[in-house]
Amino acid sequence: MASIKPLAWPRIAWLPLAALVFAALIAPWLAPQNPYDLVTLDLLDARLPPGSHAGTGTLTYLLGSDEQGRDMLSAILYGLRISLVVGLAGSGGGALLGVPLGLIAAQVGGRIDGLIMRIADLQLSFPALLLALVLLALLGPGLGKVVLALIAVQWAYFARSTRATALVELGKDYITAARGLGLNPLRISLRHILPNCLPPLLTLLPLQIAAAINLEATLSFLGLGAPVTEPSLGLLMANGFQYLLAGQYWISIYPGIALLGTIMGIHIATGRRGAEYT
Amino acid sequence: MAMMPAKFLRTAFNTLAVLSFVLLSVLHAGQVRAATLVIGLAADVSSLDPHFLNVASNVAMSSHFFDTLVTTDADGKLIPALAESWRTLSPTVWEFKLRKDVKFQDGSPLTADDVVFSLERPATILNSPGPFTPYVKQIVSRQIMDAHTLRLTTAQPYGPLLLDLSSIFIVSKKAAQGKTTEDFNTGRALIGTGPFRFVKFQRGERIEAVRNEYYWGPRPVWDKVTFRILTAEPARLAALLSGQVDLIEGAPPADLPRLRKDARFRLEQRPSWRTLFLQLDHARDASPDITDNNGKPLGRNPLKDLRVRRALSKAIQRQALTERTLEGLGIPAANLVAPGILGHNDNLRPEAYDPEGARRLLAEAGWPNGFGLTLHGPNNRYINDDQILQTIAQFFSRIGIKTRVETLPLSVYFGRLRNADFSIGLLGWGSLAGDVAAKTLVGTPDPAIGWGSWNWGRYSNPRVDGLIRDALATTDPSRRRRLAQAADTAALEDLAMIPLHHEIATWAMRRNLRYPPRIDEFTFAWQVRPE
Amino acid sequence: MTTFLLRRLGHGLFVLLAMALLVFIAVYAIGNPVDLLVDPQADAADRARAIHALGLDQSLPRQFVAYLGHALRGDLGNSFVYGTPALSLIMERLPATLELAGTALFVAILAGLPLGLWAGTRQGPIRQIIDGLSLLGFSLPTFWSGLLLILIFAVTLGWLPPGGRGETHVLYGISLSIFTPDGWRHLILPASTLALFNTALLVRLVTRGTADGLTQEYARYAKARGLPPGQVLTGHVLPNILIPVITVLGLEFGSTIAFAVVTETLFGWPGMGKLLIDAIGTLDRPVIVAYLLVTTTLFVTINLGVDLLYMILDPRVRLGNSHG
Repeated sequence: MASIKPLAWPRIAWLPLAALVFAALIAPWLAPQNPYDLVTLDLLDARLPPGSHAGTGTLTYLLGSDEQGRDMLSAILYGLRISLVVGLAGSGGGALLGVPLGLIAAQVGGRIDGLIMRIADLQLSFPALLLALVLLALLGPGLGKVVLALIAVQWAYFARSTRATALVELGKDYITAARGLGLNPLRISLRHILPNCLPPLLTLLPLQIAAAINLEATLSFLGLGAPVTEPSLGLLMANGFQYLLAGQYWISIYPGIALLGTIMGIHIATGRRGAEYT
Repeated sequence: MAMMPAKFLRTAFNTLAVLSFVLLSVLHAGQVRAATLVIGLAADVSSLDPHFLNVASNVAMSSHFFDTLVTTDADGKLIPALAESWRTLSPTVWEFKLRKDVKFQDGSPLTADDVVFSLERPATILNSPGPFTPYVKQIVSRQIMDAHTLRLTTAQPYGPLLLDLSSIFIVSKKAAQGKTTEDFNTGRALIGTGPFRFVKFQRGERIEAVRNEYYWGPRPVWDKVTFRILTAEPARLAALLSGQVDLIEGAPPADLPRLRKDARFRLEQRPSWRTLFLQLDHARDASPDITDNNGKPLGRNPLKDLRVRRALSKAIQRQALTERTLEGLGIPAANLVAPGILGHNDNLRPEAYDPEGARRLLAEAGWPNGFGLTLHGPNNRYINDDQILQTIAQFFSRIGIKTRVETLPLSVYFGRLRNADFSIGLLGWGSLAGDVAAKTLVGTPDPAIGWGSWNWGRYSNPRVDGLIRDALATTDPSRRRRLAQAADTAALEDLAMIPLHHEIATWAMRRNLRYPPRIDEFTFAWQVRPE
Repeated sequence: MTTFLLRRLGHGLFVLLAMALLVFIAVYAIGNPVDLLVDPQADAADRARAIHALGLDQSLPRQFVAYLGHALRGDLGNSFVYGTPALSLIMERLPATLELAGTALFVAILAGLPLGLWAGTRQGPIRQIIDGLSLLGFSLPTFWSGLLLILIFAVTLGWLPPGGRGETHVLYGISLSIFTPDGWRHLILPASTLALFNTALLVRLVTRGTADGLTQEYARYAKARGLPPGQVLTGHVLPNILIPVITVLGLEFGSTIAFAVVTETLFGWPGMGKLLIDAIGTLDRPVIVAYLLVTTTLFVTINLGVDLLYMILDPRVRLGNSHG
């Protein structure tokens, strides 16, 4: 890693991501249309190419419209919100579950450690996509279920990373001393070990968020993700697929660029650039 | 060790050179056409045992190898097949005369013995999740009069017997006795009387067949037919465009305009037997998907009020739905069964689009500000199904009903629908008889006799029930037609369900081929003809 | 060594058993395949009969025990939809998937190794550009890169078919499409789609390894001896990179198979991933469980193989007593 130079302009590395997140945040004010309000859609405007004008009203479909007459630009801005929220919730939830389990495993040791790590190993030995697929087939569709599946496939990464760092800390003299003084183990854990685990976790988290966003899109593409009336970026792309061969590329391609921008934005911003992505 | 990587690299570069050569020759590879017919199928064929699983793709394939006593023509009308004639001796006793010139593919003659064996065989197949037993259980006795005469007795007078028999394939007793489903898949037991003889079955990829020289009907023009399983739409279309297949069924809707413009191809279309409609919860006061405008449960079920059902129906702009969302692959429906099918009423007109009238009716019924509603439906079962639901949600939103849509994979959807987990569900139904369809969809549910098995909304109307019962027990075709029509019309006037459209089935083929499009959407190789 | 093997085998069996149980419960909970497949005109007796015939009327633990008993005898049950053994269904489709995954891996090595070696010897803009490209490769969702390839090569240029499997050639009873020009026409796009991620991974790994390797003692010594740079690279640096490359590719094989599900769905490739998606659609439980058991067995075997290869390539590694 050391031999790969960081980007030449580290100060602006976070700009693309920040711009996308900001656009997602102010989507209701930025988007020309509320794509979730069915009353504003007009079926007669379905699948218009980019730059077309609406049949009625003054709207211009800058990025075209989809098969329901939904403005693609608006749909992408709102879809971006969903993808970001799902990614954050999935990875955040994974961290909230995995970090305490990793701490417990490291501190308690013995059988508990064995059990937690066994389960984590079992899970990591299986591709996340397959696991999520089976879980969603069981849970049924819906964004909440997708988040649950993401948590279920991501907690183990956090547990493993936390445990590894925590074990190093636990071997240090000051912890031995603190234990000797009879300090509360919970206090040791929260005050001394956890802070030391944070730096590696903070580099892991963005990568996991990117992975989660990617996974959600893939699941939506396979028909197991977001509901059709509130499409995420992945679902927009999936819906456009059937029109791709007929040359109506914009329904599928523009949401893809937004998704790609988000995932790349995360990698660029964190400077990790996917190096640890295996 | 030190030399190995260098050697490896050299090999790698050599391989690269070879590969790019292959790539180039691949890009310029000409299109090879064999002198046979190649058909691209839209659904996988799971088994060649004609009595194993009752799904359309299997039935269509079996029709190439086997015949039935009675069959249906392209319009769904019953016509003689292995039975050249039949008559009723009493309301419960039917006599069938078999054709005398029929031979199986192994050269042995067809006798009444084979027919009885075939009628009894579905009940012996135990591990089928979708058995053919419903089509033979009305028959209580099978009597062989002579080698070519057969009498069947039903428990009660039963009108749809001939239709039921059109689903039971006749196999050779000699070849199939004691054989398993797997023996059919390998071809060992697969001996029928149909126009083609089995050659090869490569599951999930292709099925090959050659002409049956013993065939009793008109001699098929094709020496050899290959069916390729191409369930993905882009792959199916590409196979046609590149000339690898001559004909495909289920041409992808989005690509029809382009195919129409292309002089190399021809489209054949017709309304299919499948009608799409919204099924409604008629029974519960607290229906799961209905809320007030703030999303709180309502406790009252507006769908029980005919005025609300009428308002919903008036809110739907069926013309826009079929022209835009379905891209022309549907015609607005007013009936439960497709045009030409027993029970279809030509006098019914699709409900006119009338949002003002709908709002008025809602207000009259006590819902001037509408309510909240979630529509449920499958994804990837019917043509553009999830888009249909979204479009209907648009329509309902315009008359003040806050509508959401939830689509589910088929595996979950049908189970939950029949479990009455929803308030409104999208369903498509293909039927060749309006009374049988009505029994299943709007007949008062009674599991013991198989009534209302898909009437999860528990619609119940004694008048409709009575008409269905009379129609089913009528063996005189024209009287049965009138009764079935009356039953369906009564249910539709009460909006037991909201009809949306009849699907249009599409085949695409090389310009110099012709195919008479079938109402049941089946693709039969022997009916494909060169121009 | 023996202890190590036994331990790994035990772990593998544990994984298999846990997977079987989880999936069994999962699919049991989803729904009833009979609702999907039984004829709409069927009455309650027909339904009950079908449910009984499929063994679905017994309690869950009873069904699972019966299933394990059969599984030990190599019988993973009959597919509900096909009526034939689920295992043989998977095995019929396995060659298509392995062909796709194998070609993808091959493409990844063919593209990733030279590119990485080259980038590793460079500084400045070229390294930055290749670096950026590999980042793009990581970030592209598999299905979308497939979509783009279809748009470019099938729709716009019309060079290659957008899906399906080409003409196959039967070799030792296995039908493969890599022996016919038509087969390759169909294979190129899906295999490239699937290869993209691993290519990016490989480029990154090899670039880093090469750059590091060139600064090492042994490389500097070889250079000082007057060896041309090409030979330093292939003779000294590359062998040291091969070990991590093999390890990572071995580990990545699992996700390659997993993402083959997406690629096969997108391109209509008749492999076992497509079979899995179809089976989830029809709740064909025996097929779903058999798929997961077969893939898990594949993963366990390959991980074991990678470990063994690792031992052979690098005798310093003593897996038997390694820790943590």
